[in-house]
Amino acid sequence: MDRQTVQRTREAFLSGRTRPLEFRLQQLHALKRMINEKETEISTALKQDINRSQYDTPLLELIGIENEIKLAIDKLAVWAAPRPVERNLLTISDEVYIQPEPLGVVLIIGAWNYPWALTLVPLIGAIAAGNAAVVKPSELSEYSSLLLRALLPRYLDKDLYPVVTGGVSETQELLRLRFDHVFYTGSSTVGKLVMEAAARHLTPVTLELGGKSPCYIDKNCDIRTACRRITWGKFVNCGQTCIAPDFILCEPCIQGQVVECIRQTLLEFYGADPKCSPDYGRIVNQRHFNRVIGLMEGYTPVVGGQSDASQCYIAPTVLKDVPPQSRMMQEEIFGPLLPIVTVSDMDDAIHFINEREKPLALYIFCSDKKASKKMIGETTSGGVTVNDVMMHYTLSSLPFGGVGQSGMGRYHGKHTFDQLSHQRACLIRSLGMESVNLARYPPQDRRRARRVRMALRSPLIDMSKRTFIWAVTATIIGFGLFISLLVILLIASGLNCTCWYWRGFYNYFY
Amino acid sequence: MSREQLVVQRARKSFQTGNTRRLEYRIHQLKGLLRFITERRKDIADSVKRDLGKSEHATDLFETLGLEGEIKLAIEKLAEWAAPRPVEKNLLTLLDEVYIQPEPLGVVLIIGAWNYPWAITLQPLVGAIAAGNAAVIKPSEVSSHSATVMEELLPQYLDKDLYPVVTGGVSETQELLKQRFDHIFYTGNSTVGKLVMGAAARHLTPVTLELGGKSPCYIDKNCDLTIACRRITWGKFVNCGQTCIAPDYILCEPSIQDRVVEEIKKSIKEFYTDNPKTFEDYGRIINQRHFKRVMALMEGSTVAVGGESDESQCYIAPTVLKDVTETSKVMKEEIFGPLLPIITVSNVDEAIQFINEREKPLVVYVFTHDNKLIKRVRAETSSGALLANDCLVHFTVSALPFGGVGNSGTGCYHGKHSFDQLSHLRSCLIKQLKLEGVNSMRYPPHTAKKLSWARFFLLKQVNMCRLRRMALLAIFTGLAAFLVQRFLRRG
Repeated sequence: MDRQTVQRTREAFLSGRTRPLEFRLQQLHALKRMINEKETEISTALKQDINRSQYDTPLLELIGIENEIKLAIDKLAVWAAPRPVERNLLTISDEVYIQPEPLGVVLIIGAWNYPWALTLVPLIGAIAAGNAAVVKPSELSEYSSLLLRALLPRYLDKDLYPVVTGGVSETQELLRLRFDHVFYTGSSTVGKLVMEAAARHLTPVTLELGGKSPCYIDKNCDIRTACRRITWGKFVNCGQTCIAPDFILCEPCIQGQVVECIRQTLLEFYGADPKCSPDYGRIVNQRHFNRVIGLMEGYTPVVGGQSDASQCYIAPTVLKDVPPQSRMMQEEIFGPLLPIVTVSDMDDAIHFINEREKPLALYIFCSDKKASKKMIGETTSGGVTVNDVMMHYTLSSLPFGGVGQSGMGRYHGKHTFDQLSHQRACLIRSLGMESVNLARYPPQDRRRARRVRMALRSPLIDMSKRTFIWAVTATIIGFGLFISLLVILLIASGLNCTCWYWRGFYNYFY
Repeated sequence: MSREQLVVQRARKSFQTGNTRRLEYRIHQLKGLLRFITERRKDIADSVKRDLGKSEHATDLFETLGLEGEIKLAIEKLAEWAAPRPVEKNLLTLLDEVYIQPEPLGVVLIIGAWNYPWAITLQPLVGAIAAGNAAVIKPSEVSSHSATVMEELLPQYLDKDLYPVVTGGVSETQELLKQRFDHIFYTGNSTVGKLVMGAAARHLTPVTLELGGKSPCYIDKNCDLTIACRRITWGKFVNCGQTCIAPDYILCEPSIQDRVVEEIKKSIKEFYTDNPKTFEDYGRIINQRHFKRVMALMEGSTVAVGGESDESQCYIAPTVLKDVTETSKVMKEEIFGPLLPIITVSNVDEAIQFINEREKPLVVYVFTHDNKLIKRVRAETSSGALLANDCLVHFTVSALPFGGVGNSGTGCYHGKHSFDQLSHLRSCLIKQLKLEGVNSMRYPPHTAKKLSWARFFLLKQVNMCRLRRMALLAIFTGLAAFLVQRFLRRG
């Protein structure tokens, strides 16, 4: 069944209808209409999947998707146009550019924590780049995936962008087929399997995986504001965000203050009983509920800790003095538990971070910009936000992706377009000027070699800043000298100062 | 612990000391590499002569010249490439510092190929060093003399812990691939490419694969055949056809096939004299195995030019095959030898269809005067690169990304592209702990009003250029008004 679907998709792509930009724009407009018209249905599906509040849905997913669509519609002509590049002497009279082209059929495997954003934002890039796409939403967000399967064919071309639902076996079946790019969001374990499957067809992959994103709080910063922002980022979507601050690193002297600030903020956000707050989510299913509860075993939380298995509810929980070797510190939490690990200072924190796998995001709360930059310089991660959490996700000009175990490739805005395109190098020469080529033909000798060496020199015109400044200065000096020369010649030739300019000049000096 | 494991461990430890983070250190290493190329020119040329029968000038032209250019470019531009790259902001981040910071990945594995043993192994190394990585270099064992010279001499010019050379065959390469790297750069064929990517998947290591394919060459009947065939002949028989971007086969209409054969014959004579075997600038097949492979491909096809061979020297004459069909043996795999088959097609539509029925190649070559035809071929086919009216030269333009697509590879390099490919481009957003009021629209408890504010801030597009222009206009208008006022008052 899936094989036929993919076959049909490929045939639809080969028909060439995605090549004209108008078609791609039309599809993007239709997608925007879907997001706007069906907001209520989408919110309902998300409430059933993960108890997302009606305001969080547009805030966290739909506005972002709409933003991306608008940007793609606005910039498509610019992104898809040929990009001229710098030439060398040999190619100085040729057309040299990079042409972005569609790859073919892209497989997009979505995740369950933000089922709409994580499936549709890659789709926007795929459509913009002129590809066909097979969309496979996560089966764990059941209502959303069924809704997507019902809605998408009503707005988009159903042959070019089919939705395939199903579980593990359907996904494995899909991965056996050949695609031109696989875009996967999810865990590192499954990421390895996806890449291995793709290797069999030499299919390039984009993997948006996870990790434990550390959050360092410097003792000399505004802890109140810092904790407010961290609390928001951590407990949004009940901690089920790939770039949520996973754990806090701070010095023992401020640990108590941090706990207090978080406690107060939680009160402000979710009230005395978060279970009753319409804005607090739930764990997606029993399995993950049990997993997260299991991480807490043996530790007494200082805030929260309550749970209710029947609702998959876990209260916002903070734990202090967590030892680095505890279970909670071995895997990505992906839940509303916030452990605090104490470190002696910033260098200790840097050392702690570097001992572990490269995370998806790094958060630093510090008022000293130099110290923040030092920390950035001595660590690595997919992205960094200083003095806030998760906001680097919202700026589409920043490439969003991981490094090492947290993933490979990146997307958002133009980066999605580039990631799902083939950047084809194009060099258009003419059949004339054959004499220029003579130096490269055999028989080779020293003289010819020297000519070739010169021809490959690049660039002819050095556009660096230094040369520009030199050129401008030289021109000004040159001009100045030229005018002085003229003046001297005029005076030397005994020009009687009858012109008013010189009279004024004379009067001024004498 | 195996030798390979030790080497990788040592490279990683050296990387973790942080020495490569400093730009001066990287430039120092790059200058060392440049000195190596210039001081050891003779050793390099000798090793290539013994491997591939290439003359000294050919080695200079095809291996070290490009390499020198890449190193010099990297040294000149390193500060620019490694600097933070500011990006466009939105309304919410107007007062923040937003940029992309290129960072080293860690330890890179570079697996070279045997056809251009120096260029293909060392050009990725230039990018690796420039990006601040450590690199384990594994030259191809098939070009054994070059591998030995590299292993012996490179450590005398580069840091031997950070950039070790590991030689060996299949089992050593497999052992290396079991280790964990931060990026693997492989040049070779698609079959091994799949194994490399599969091995990399186990550690979630990103890969750059420079593979191969059959690069088609379409000749339009209305173009200047003399010049076209000259360029094709050069591109095909350089390095005895053992170039990944060599024009693999020709597609043309039957009416011009004979002329094409004639012109190629003339060019071969011009370049390699009547007896290419004795001519210094004509190379040899790398080894017996490949010699036998290429000879076998000739079976069943009509030889129009050449066809002579000498097994003792691994010599195959520049050969043209005509009236080849798609079922001929020579069309079943990448030739990688001095056989040039000509396949006749009735028109450009059939040529495009022929190309599209096959795997995406590294390059598509088109020879024509008609620009519209070039654009058509470009729009209706896909390949790593497209080159009109010449062969191979896109390799020399370092601003063009060099790489394949589909079966011909993934990723690209040359110039800045090598640097970007072997770096991690890290997104950085530096905010301040002030202006907390703006954030209130995202905090619970949520209300419709807060949401509408959020919608405004997130969806409003800020065009910085226009704002700047308008601000400048306002200043100028103010200044003009001020000046006018003064003069009017004066008058």
